[in-house]
Amino acid sequence: MKSARARNIASKVVMYIILIIMAFIMLVPFAWMILTALKTNQEAISVDPFYIFPAHGWHWENFGEVWQSYNFVLLYKNTLLMILFRVICACLTATMAGYAFGRLKFPGKNFFFALVLVQMMIPAQIFIIPQYLMVSKLGLLNTISGLVFPGIVTAFGTYLLKTGYEGLPKDLEEAADIDGCNIGQRFLRIMMPLTRSSMVSLGIFTALFAFKDLMWPMIVCTRAETTTLSAGLAKMQGQFSSNYPTMMAAAVLAVVPMVVIYVIFQKQFVEGIATSGGKL
Amino acid sequence: MKQKAPKKKRTKAQKREMIWALCFIAPTIIGLIVLNFYPAIDTLWQSFCKTGDFGKGNTFIGFANYAKVFASGEVWHSLWNTIKYALIEVPFGVIISLILAVFLNKKLKGTSFFRTIFFLPMVCAPAAVAMVWKWLYNQQFGLLNNIFGTNVAWISDPNLAWVSIGVIGVWSIIGYNMVLFISGLQEIPGDYYEAAEIDGATGIKQFFHITVPLLSPTTFFIVQTRIIGALTIFDLMFMVMDKTNLALENTQSIVYLFYDYAFTQGNKGYGATIVVFLVIFIMIVTFILQRAEKKLVYHP
Repeated sequence: MKSARARNIASKVVMYIILIIMAFIMLVPFAWMILTALKTNQEAISVDPFYIFPAHGWHWENFGEVWQSYNFVLLYKNTLLMILFRVICACLTATMAGYAFGRLKFPGKNFFFALVLVQMMIPAQIFIIPQYLMVSKLGLLNTISGLVFPGIVTAFGTYLLKTGYEGLPKDLEEAADIDGCNIGQRFLRIMMPLTRSSMVSLGIFTALFAFKDLMWPMIVCTRAETTTLSAGLAKMQGQFSSNYPTMMAAAVLAVVPMVVIYVIFQKQFVEGIATSGGKL
Repeated sequence: MKQKAPKKKRTKAQKREMIWALCFIAPTIIGLIVLNFYPAIDTLWQSFCKTGDFGKGNTFIGFANYAKVFASGEVWHSLWNTIKYALIEVPFGVIISLILAVFLNKKLKGTSFFRTIFFLPMVCAPAAVAMVWKWLYNQQFGLLNNIFGTNVAWISDPNLAWVSIGVIGVWSIIGYNMVLFISGLQEIPGDYYEAAEIDGATGIKQFFHITVPLLSPTTFFIVQTRIIGALTIFDLMFMVMDKTNLALENTQSIVYLFYDYAFTQGNKGYGATIVVFLVIFIMIVTFILQRAEKKLVYHP
């Protein structure tokens, strides 16, 4: 009995050691990003391995410098608006379609749902050239609408919401039917509120995907003042490539908002990813 | 007639239901056709065309682009680069995250703290992640060479750069895989482990005889998603590798090549051909994986 307990403790210790080492590896790049952002370039390129903290004061002005020279206000605004509209569009279209596929009977249902499934199987890169040409023809290059464009509808979201609606008990709607509610009222008042957790998952997924996407904003928003954080960083890298503190300050500014949101809504993030299992 | 009457009434309700349903799916279906199905066909069409100047005036040239792709060492090389990236990211990303998930699924203290940290890279834009790693990898001033007292050209040595990029990929994806693994682990009934405990099976034995087989559907799902994700990798290569980097040729992924041709050089026709080539490759991989699923996944 005693040896089993000792073994148990030993295995716990081993697990903790591995977890701590891994946590350290995960955090080092973040720590180094922040520390470099607070140094002068002279300090940043010092090759002393023990020179970790900025010795001559913390250079917060690096942040002000990139903030101004790269108009971060606009980058934040563009990114935020793109995410907002994409989330609204995705949730709205997906919840309607998901309800129809999960709850209603209509001819051609299997065919239309097959379209949804097929879209999910095709790698998205095949859509990009024509999508770009359409945005260009519509005159939406360098606009928020252009950024939102490919995300107006979502096959993945439709699938996710369909599963959500299917999981709801059948008698809920039957009761409403007897009360004389039409399908629209049933959907709005009874069913939609019950799929809130699926909607939250879809919203988080859509927001993360849009936030992380690099290629689309680089293609449609080539001007620095119209692009998103991701694509803005790519542009900056070309300009400041040897000014390391400036680069790291820009990287900090780009990751901080989402990290803060994540830390606050951790549970929703983790559950959203775990239940949706979408490909990011 | 008597029998038909109620049926007709139901038809009216059915009709109403149909109209509602069609209105509900209309935005999504129209959107999918305009934004996805038409573009897919258009890409396919463009892959048989030569792009004129300013993207105007496609001329049909048959299979010439395909002949060029198949004859081009560049495309095969970047396909191989992409596969090499996948060979690092997928196995290491899966194994490390599985181990972490198993640990975090035990009732240890501080679980949520560790989970928060491991998942952190998932909420960061890959562009920023790549920039930070590029700085860590910097040959002259980077942290890695400083700490180890080495002078390794992490990202400009053609034989090493693909490994360095793969490491960034693993670091970025661990949290995501781990979260999926944890939710898979929570579905395994606890009685299996209790029974094993009574039989005297140790932790490692339990892992291989209970966890691995019962978790195999989750594992398969993650592996499949990650293989496809890795085959379409773009951001890391684009951000880490400068145009002048000597190792670019040995690291550029197939989507990178697609982007380069279609949008940097404006040769949409050839870009379209590359992307069709990639899609066919992914379809083949998916097909093989689906076939293997029955053998690899444990069906009780």
